[in-house]
Formats: sequence, C-alpha cells, structure tokens
Amino acid sequence: MSAPLIEMRGITKSFGAVKANEAVDLSVAPGEILGLLGENGAGKTTLMNVLFGAYAPDAGDILVEGRPVAIHNSADALAAGIGMVHQHFHLAPRLTVLENLLIGIPGKSGRIDRAGGLARLQEIGRQHGLSLEPNLPVSALSVGEQQRLEIIKALFRGAKLLILDEPTAVLAPSEVDGLFAALRSMAAQGLGIIFISHKLNEVRALTHRCVVLRHGKVAGRVDHPASTTSAEMAKLMCGHEIVPPTREASTPGAAVLTLDGISTSGHAGTPLRDVSLFVRAGEILGIAGVSGNGQRALADVISGMLPPKAGTMTIAGKTVAQFSPRELQALGLGRIPEDRMTTGLVTNLPLADSMVLPRIGTEAFSRKGLLNPAAIRAFAEEQIKAYDIRCPGPMVRAGALSGGNLQKALLARELAFDPKVLIVSQPTRGLDIGAARFIHEKFLAMRARGRGIIVIGEDLEELLMLCDRIAVMYEGRIAGTLSSADATVARLGLMMTGAGHTEEAA
Amino acid sequence: MSAVFEQIFQVGFLAAIIRIATPLAFATLGEMFSERAGVLNLGIEGIMLLCAMAGFTAASLSGSLWLGVLVAVLVGALMGALHALFTVALGLSQHVCGIGVTLFCSGLAYFLYRLIFGQQSVPPSIDGFKPVPIPLLTDIPILGPAVFNQFTLVYLAIIAVPLAAFVLYRTPWGLSVRMVGENPRAADSAGVSVIATRFQAVILGGALMGLAGAFLTMAQFNAFTFGVVSGRGWVAIALVVFGRWDPWRSAGAALLFAFVDALQLRMQASGLGHIPYEAFLMLPFIFTIVAMAFMSRNAVAPSALLKPFRREER
Ligand SMILES: Nc1ncnc2c1ncn2[C@@H]1O[C@H](COP(=O)(O)OP(=O)(O)OP(=O)(O)O)[C@@H](O)[C@H]1O
Ligand SMILES: [Mg+2]
Repeated sequence: MSAPLIEMRGITKSFGAVKANEAVDLSVAPGEILGLLGENGAGKTTLMNVLFGAYAPDAGDILVEGRPVAIHNSADALAAGIGMVHQHFHLAPRLTVLENLLIGIPGKSGRIDRAGGLARLQEIGRQHGLSLEPNLPVSALSVGEQQRLEIIKALFRGAKLLILDEPTAVLAPSEVDGLFAALRSMAAQGLGIIFISHKLNEVRALTHRCVVLRHGKVAGRVDHPASTTSAEMAKLMCGHEIVPPTREASTPGAAVLTLDGISTSGHAGTPLRDVSLFVRAGEILGIAGVSGNGQRALADVISGMLPPKAGTMTIAGKTVAQFSPRELQALGLGRIPEDRMTTGLVTNLPLADSMVLPRIGTEAFSRKGLLNPAAIRAFAEEQIKAYDIRCPGPMVRAGALSGGNLQKALLARELAFDPKVLIVSQPTRGLDIGAARFIHEKFLAMRARGRGIIVIGEDLEELLMLCDRIAVMYEGRIAGTLSSADATVARLGLMMTGAGHTEEAA
Repeated sequence: MSAVFEQIFQVGFLAAIIRIATPLAFATLGEMFSERAGVLNLGIEGIMLLCAMAGFTAASLSGSLWLGVLVAVLVGALMGALHALFTVALGLSQHVCGIGVTLFCSGLAYFLYRLIFGQQSVPPSIDGFKPVPIPLLTDIPILGPAVFNQFTLVYLAIIAVPLAAFVLYRTPWGLSVRMVGENPRAADSAGVSVIATRFQAVILGGALMGLAGAFLTMAQFNAFTFGVVSGRGWVAIALVVFGRWDPWRSAGAALLFAFVDALQLRMQASGLGHIPYEAFLMLPFIFTIVAMAFMSRNAVAPSALLKPFRREER
C-alpha cells in the first residue's frame, strides 16, 4: 500500500496537569473512513485540534503523504489539505454563505472573487451532491445546513482529509442518512475522513476502521467495525462491559405536572397550540418529534422561561401563577436545558459556581447574604466524584470541559436536588455510552422513587427504552400519545411526519 | 423661526454642515473599522487631541501643512497600534485600555504643547488649508459652492466613505475584518490571523482618527487649544452605533449630527438672544441621545466586540 494520506506519530498534549493525549499514533489512507472513539474527555477533540493546527502538541510528528509537515495554525493545516468540521460550528451567523466560504481566500485584483467562489460552490454541488443558497445569511440556515456549509468550506479549500467531530450529535435521524451518503461519496472519490461519534451503530455502519482512545492513550483498534458488536467496542472504550438498564414495571401515582390547553405566541420558533399533557409520579414521559415542532417552546414554558398566552399548568397540584424559573424551582421542578453553552453553564466561571447557580441564594450555599465558598466547593467536588466528571478540579473554567463532561455537570447539578419533576432535552446528546447508561440509570432510579420525568428527544431508541408513554409533537400540537407497549420506531416515525393521528386513553 | 429655516438652504449653511461633518466622518469611519474587527477604541478622544496637536506642531515648525497631516496620521496609527497591543496582543479589557489611551494621549498632548510653545496669552496660529474650488462642479447652484469649494481634506472625507465601504464589503481584507469581529474562531480556522487582522484594523482606525484631529487644527481652527476636540471623539463612538457599523450609515449619521450642530450655531447667532447660548450648545448632544435611543434598538453590534481572542481557550 502507498504512504497513508495522514499519519500522526507519538502525539502528546497536556493542559496543565491533564494529559489529554499521550503518545497517540494514527493514520488514514486515501478513500478510508476512520472512526475515532472514546469516552467523554478521552482526548478525541484535542487530538483533532492538534492535527488541524489549533493546538500545538507537546511532542509528536504529523506526516502528510509520507512527508513530515509542521502545522502551527489552521492556515498550515488547510495548506496541507486538512479540513475540519468542529463540534461547535465555526461560522459567522450574520455573514452570508458565500462570505463564510470565501474568508481567507485571496481575492482577484484586490476584490473578493465572488464569481470564482460561486463556480467552485457549484462544482462541489455537482461532485458531492452538497448545495446551498449562496446569498443567504448563515443565521437563516438550519443546523444541518450549517454543517453542510462547514463540509463545503473544507472541500472548498481543497481538503484531502476531512475531520468531523461528532457531526451526528446535532442532526435529526433523517439528516444523518444524507450526511452518510455524502461522506461515502467523498471517500469513494479518494478523500480520507476521520469520523468521531458516540453512537456505535453509526460507527459500525459508516467506518472502515476505528481507533479507540481511553484517558488520552490508544486503548485499541478495530479493523472490521461492521462485524464487531457495539458491546465489544463499548468494552474497548470504557474498559468494562456496559449492561443496558432495565425498566421495571410499575404503577404510576397521581399527576405531578399537568399542562392544560397551553398556547404561546410572540417568540422565535414554532409556537404551542393547545397543548395538554401530564406526567405522573413514578413515570417517564417522552416527547418525540422532528426538532423545530414546538419542543423548544414546550421546554421553555415548563421551565418558566416563556409565560404562555393561554392555558394553565400545575405542579404537584399547585397552579403556576407567574411562570418564573424561581417559582417553578420552588415548586419542585428541575430542568436541563437544550443549549448547554448559553443557558446551561456559565463558561467563564469556575465549574463549581456554575454547578450551584440556580440555588446560589439558598441556605446550602450562602449565609446571611454572603456566599459560602467552602460549601460550594465541597458540593462540586462531591458531584464531580459521583458523576465521574473528568476535569482538573472544581475551580476550572466550565468552558474547558469536554462536551460530554459539561453535560454530566449539568445533570449532576439538577439531580443532586432530587426535583419532584424533571424536564430534560436531549439528555445524552454527546455522551459516551457508559455515561449515557449512567444517566439512564439515574432517571430510572428517580422514577422508582416516585418522581416524574419529561424527556424531550429525537433518539427514538432511547425514548423507547426509557419512557412509559411517548407523546409526539407536530407543528406545535401533540399529534398523539402512545404507551410503551404500543410504541414502535415505525409508528412514532409516521406520527412525527404528521400522518396517522393516534389517540390513546392514558 | 422662519428666518432660521430660510437659512438652511443658504450656501453658507450647507458649507458649514459639510465642514462640521468632515472630522466626524473621519473619526466615525476610524472607530467603525476598529469595532468591526471586534475592538472598541475609547482612546479616540485622546488620539484625536494628540494628533491635532502633533499635526499642528509639525505644520507650524516645518511650514508644510501636508507634512502636518502626515505626522497626524502616523501618530494616530501609532496610538492605534498601542491600543491594539494592549487589547489584541495582550487581551486586556478594551474599556479600561481605551480610557487609558485617552488619558495618556491627552496628557501627552498638553505636555508637549506646553514644552514646545510655552505659555502664550494668544495661542499661536498657522495659515491653514484654503478652500480649493473644483472647476465646473462649483457652478452647480447652491450645492456647487457649498460642497465643491472646500478644503482638500473635505474631498478626502467624501472619497473615504465609498472607499471604506468598498474595502469593508468587497475586498478579502474587509471580509476578514468582518469575520474577525463576528466570530474570530471561524476566521482562525479558515487560516486568517485574528491578531494581525485586528491590529491592522485598529491601526487603520487610528490613522483615520489622526486625519480627524489634523482637520480640526489645520483647516477648521488653524490653532491648537486644549478644548479643540471637545467631545467629538465620544460623539463618533455614538455615531458608529447610530450608523449600525456601516460606512454609509455612519457618514449619514455624521452629516445629521453636523446639521443639528450647524443649526444650533445659527440659532445662537440669529437673535434668539433671550435663551442662554448653552441651551443651543446642548442641542446636538440631546439629538444624539434621542436618535440613539430610537435608532439603536435594533442595531446589532459585531458579535465579538469587546471579546479578546485566545486560541487554546474554549
Ligand atoms: N482548552 C482546554 N483547556 C483545558 N483543558 C482542556 C482543554 N481542552 C481539553 N481539555 C481537557 O482535555 C481532556 C480531553 O478533552 P477532549 O475535548 O479532547 O475530549 P473528547 O474526547 O473530545 O470528549 P467528548 O466526547 O466529551 O467531546 C479533557 O479532560 C478536557 O477537560
Ligand atoms: Mg469532543
């Protein structure tokens, strides 16, 4: 075989005391799709940032087509033919698609080369079936389209290797198929691809070979992902077997949260139209639906961020009057928002402060109006241990955590106070399977203790495993509710498209 | 009052608007470039003062007005570089550093001026720029003599507006400036140096502020006094917001402010003497505040304004 497209040898990178990568070797051949697996905080993103020139490695070499290259910044990486689609997109929302593509591209006689850019965009569209309207501002694109723009951006610069960091975490299941088709076509044309994902069935379906990282080191390699089981891969990642939790049969109690005829208006996104639902003590209610069908508004109403225009909500028998987060919290509601970075944690504050933020004024963390740093710290340390949050310590900036660890920190924060009813969106997005199992167990334990949980999600497999009932949202309404006995992926999928209304007496 | 409105359409009045707007336009464009790249420059007031002083001194010592302009531009660029050093290279607070630059530049201007010219009862003056009529165009009724019988620096300001728009919207460098001000990480991952682009934009901004200062002491007043800038820098910062970080709108904002200022001057002079003149002086500022309150509600600042960029942080 000829020299690999890209080879990384002995890459080591530390952040202070944390060894994010240690002597990692990895190579990709032309036309190959390499899976990069590992637990949250295993160092996948760091390794790719080193390859892309965003981080300088402490040791190690990078070879492109057999020749050693020095990659000091992204410009060097791009020149070497390496393109990257980051976990959090690198786009300027107020600039147009074309402007985002042409950034950093030399102009023609001093001006931006729009004509050349358009021609190249069309060529990429023909070659890989990826197209976008060039003059739209990026803010008008859906998440899936923004990702397509990031891929086009890399191809635009002549990437021979494309790195995708958890590209499917932000996509609806239907969009995933489109992405995979495009990636397969690119590989068929000789591009090398590095694909990071926590969803092992995706990895098995797409990749030709896998490298597994654990605690920054290569823990194993998988040569035939298609014929390897998810359980085997999970064992390589975590070092032990992962047993799926079981949902024991139970009889739910009285309703802990009810919505009656809730409608909203005057906000971004799909408004709610006459939504009524309830969740009982000892029950997990799933909210399925293609994202953008009112899930955001539903979560915002229930968590007190958006007062509804009509309708009532009760928690544990008490009618909600003001719809403020504080009031709802006092009534016993816990919430884990969808957007971790903006409404979840404060990325510039120490992790410990972020973890007590919703309860900062309560007796546990302050005395006579002054904060009690020792208590805050102790609480954070306890949760870091309990949830296995990989970080240098409670005083680290929350923003320095890996994506999955941020998510764990948020879950820890809410679950620590044992809310009567919990609303959570996409609970395991970005979590490795060990961490996802752990979260599932926590939810099921809450259920066994007689708490009510509402899970908003797009991952139907997960909803089917967790939930006692699943309601489907379509265009701001509840299109129907199925009990776990009746629900199947196929039936839910049909209801999510607005077809087949199904009513069920709960 | 009708006498006031009659005056609006007089040549002298229009010419006054253009003259008042010129330093504001330079300063506003300068601040705009800096802010589009994500760097607020509160040093503007001091930079304008120092450049007004430096340009005046160079012109008065050498006898060459254009040398004075050149010195003012270079000093402005240098002070821009100083601000960029603190805020871009070192990533310090843009507010604090900007106020620091204003204090430093003002102090330096007073100090050097005293050192060079001593204390004189009548401030020394120079023979400033003279209007340069443009043949043919001056013959256009009203507009001709008002706009095309002006100082060369005024023409420069008129050219600077479309030029700034061209640079910002049509050149690769302008796109980099906008990207760096919106999402520096995106620019960085596209291979654009965030630090270099911000430095360049802040330096260009400083040079434009230098032109604004030079205009004040070499065309408008032909002398340097400590109050020569008198808040024009701060006004420019407001005008950038009012102009929504766009060259055309910013220039329009400068013209509008100049109109109110010129009007105010006429009202002071035209027999409304029973009202204290300070009341008129306030007008343009009240106008700015009111206009800002209405206009800036849906103005959106560059997303990365005030945010330093460090690569290995997330
Ligand atoms: N900029 C940074 N500053 C400090 N520590 C960092 C930084 N980037 C990463 N780390 C640390 O390095 C380790 C590896 O992080 P990395 O983001 O590479 O993990 P990951 O494998 O991508 O995880 P995930 O699946 O959760 O995205 C983590 O412990 C993280 O806290
Ligand atoms: Mg990651």
